[in-house]
Amino acid sequence: MEFTANTTYYQELQNQIRNCDDKEIIIKELYGQRYIGCATSDKNFKLYGTAGNGLGQYNNGSTIEVFGNCQEAVGDTMNSGDIIIHGNCGDACGYGMRGGRIFIEGDVGYRAGIHMKAYMDKFPVLIVGGKAGSFLGEYLAGGLIAILGNGAQGKMPCSYFCGTGMHGGKIILRCDEKPDGLPEQVLVSEMTEQDREELTPHIEDYCKYFGLNAKEILSNRFYVLTPNPNSGYNQLYTFE
Amino acid sequence: MLLKEGQVRIPAGCAISGIFHKDGKKENGERIIKSISTMHDRSNGLGGGFAAYGIYPDFKNDYAFHIFYDSNRAKDECETYLKENFDIIAMAKIPTRRHPRITDEPMIFRYFVQPLQTVLAFSQLDEKEFVVRKVIHANHNIKGAYIFSSGKNVGVFKASGFPEDVGEYYMLENYEAYSWTCHGRYPTNTPGWWGGAHPFALLDTTVVHNGEISSYDANRRFIEMFGYSCDLLTDTEAITYIVDYLNRRIGLNYSEIANVIAAPFWSTIEKKPEEEKKRLTYLRNAFASLLVTGPFSILVGFEGGMMALNDRLKLRSMVVGEKDETVYIASEECAIRIMQPEFDKIYAPRGGEPVILTLNKGGNAQ
Repeated sequence: MEFTANTTYYQELQNQIRNCDDKEIIIKELYGQRYIGCATSDKNFKLYGTAGNGLGQYNNGSTIEVFGNCQEAVGDTMNSGDIIIHGNCGDACGYGMRGGRIFIEGDVGYRAGIHMKAYMDKFPVLIVGGKAGSFLGEYLAGGLIAILGNGAQGKMPCSYFCGTGMHGGKIILRCDEKPDGLPEQVLVSEMTEQDREELTPHIEDYCKYFGLNAKEILSNRFYVLTPNPNSGYNQLYTFE
Repeated sequence: MLLKEGQVRIPAGCAISGIFHKDGKKENGERIIKSISTMHDRSNGLGGGFAAYGIYPDFKNDYAFHIFYDSNRAKDECETYLKENFDIIAMAKIPTRRHPRITDEPMIFRYFVQPLQTVLAFSQLDEKEFVVRKVIHANHNIKGAYIFSSGKNVGVFKASGFPEDVGEYYMLENYEAYSWTCHGRYPTNTPGWWGGAHPFALLDTTVVHNGEISSYDANRRFIEMFGYSCDLLTDTEAITYIVDYLNRRIGLNYSEIANVIAAPFWSTIEKKPEEEKKRLTYLRNAFASLLVTGPFSILVGFEGGMMALNDRLKLRSMVVGEKDETVYIASEECAIRIMQPEFDKIYAPRGGEPVILTLNKGGNAQ
């Protein structure tokens, strides 16, 4: 079913969506209506315009494709499903996410992927085509973040305080030189074959969504950030 | 008894939006009202307001005072004070329309004034400092009177209510401005007095602010040493005085002001080239008490320009869109897309990095 949002208040729009049994939901002319796709599990959303705060919060298996930019708190605490953004994304994307994937064609704002975590079969993935703001992957506890650095001219594709307090998971950055100035909780190494294997299926899907060439992207130089076991944080969250 | 602002401290959430025409083109208040209404849920109906630049071309050389009065007694007392210090060129009620959601309005008057030359000469102050002192004196000492706008060719319009309702109430479709800023307020604990709404203004400096600054008291103690009086105890009032102090009295430009109030971390300064490191270190040390911490995104309006600034950690959202000679800035992208669907460039400025806009020629950027 197709809806036109324009300046409809988000509550009314949400009621219309909830009262619709269709699996396919198309919304045109979105102007910042909040919480679209929140806590849904079996829908396919196609959104045109500017998606409002809290897009796909608690998403539990829906596919949400946005043709436009997104605002703040995309995929907050999401559990499964895919969010695909043909544009840029605002701050605090993927906060506390514990499953599912977010694909962003352009840039992401500050505090992306803070405290993502993996649990049993749940493994969250955040792929960003462009650059990221400060505090990328702060307190990262699990899952995978990859920043592909389009537009960064080979420089480190994220800003200050990347991976501060990181104690699990993996951040992969495309850049020509080893990133420096990272916090002591982070170890940096060149991407290994094993890392590449882990990354490849997600990059292939990313390229499928945005019409790009996975081989070309993967042929670049990548660095991998993992938690430093000597930083002390590992004891806070593990019971070895 | 209901405590007013100034008697109780009020933290605030909020939404901001702005339009700036670099070519000096003017537009009325309809689009900025539409813009702020898309962020309705960032406000809670306890404050909304607008600042508009270039709206009084017929009185462009006079100070335009907008004043709230709680009572006729306050009005008499304030007018007596004004007449002792200023030549009142014109005065009138500010036109409003009855609005079902705007209630308990005070009396709202507008005066175009010039300092009395004899009094000004006797004070041995420069004209702007004279006006500032009189405004602060009135706000601090005259109970029930509040001068909430005091610049030349600029006007602040604010009230308790949702901003879109406030815009309709003040009939902003009748004002033509080259620069608009707007604010929707979400105080978490407020008596909802009109004076506490944004923008806060002193001379031609106006500030709208989304956030809550945790350095309020440190900033207040410092700024009050220089004759300012933070009577409303809201953080935005303090930011307004800080900007006025650093710009008008110290002579810093807006980029330097941003480096003071949203100074980079020492660890960030450390990585800068030598000259820049020296400059930033000087500003942090010289004005350490004016570092503003905690989340904020602000729009500072001034004669011929506007500055948008986020706190250095960027704890509030802000997006900037440029289309031809017009720049749109708001807390949320939807609020600028509703005014202008397509942009030449759209981006989110980094924390602590100001966006400074000025009129193409004759702008007063410094």
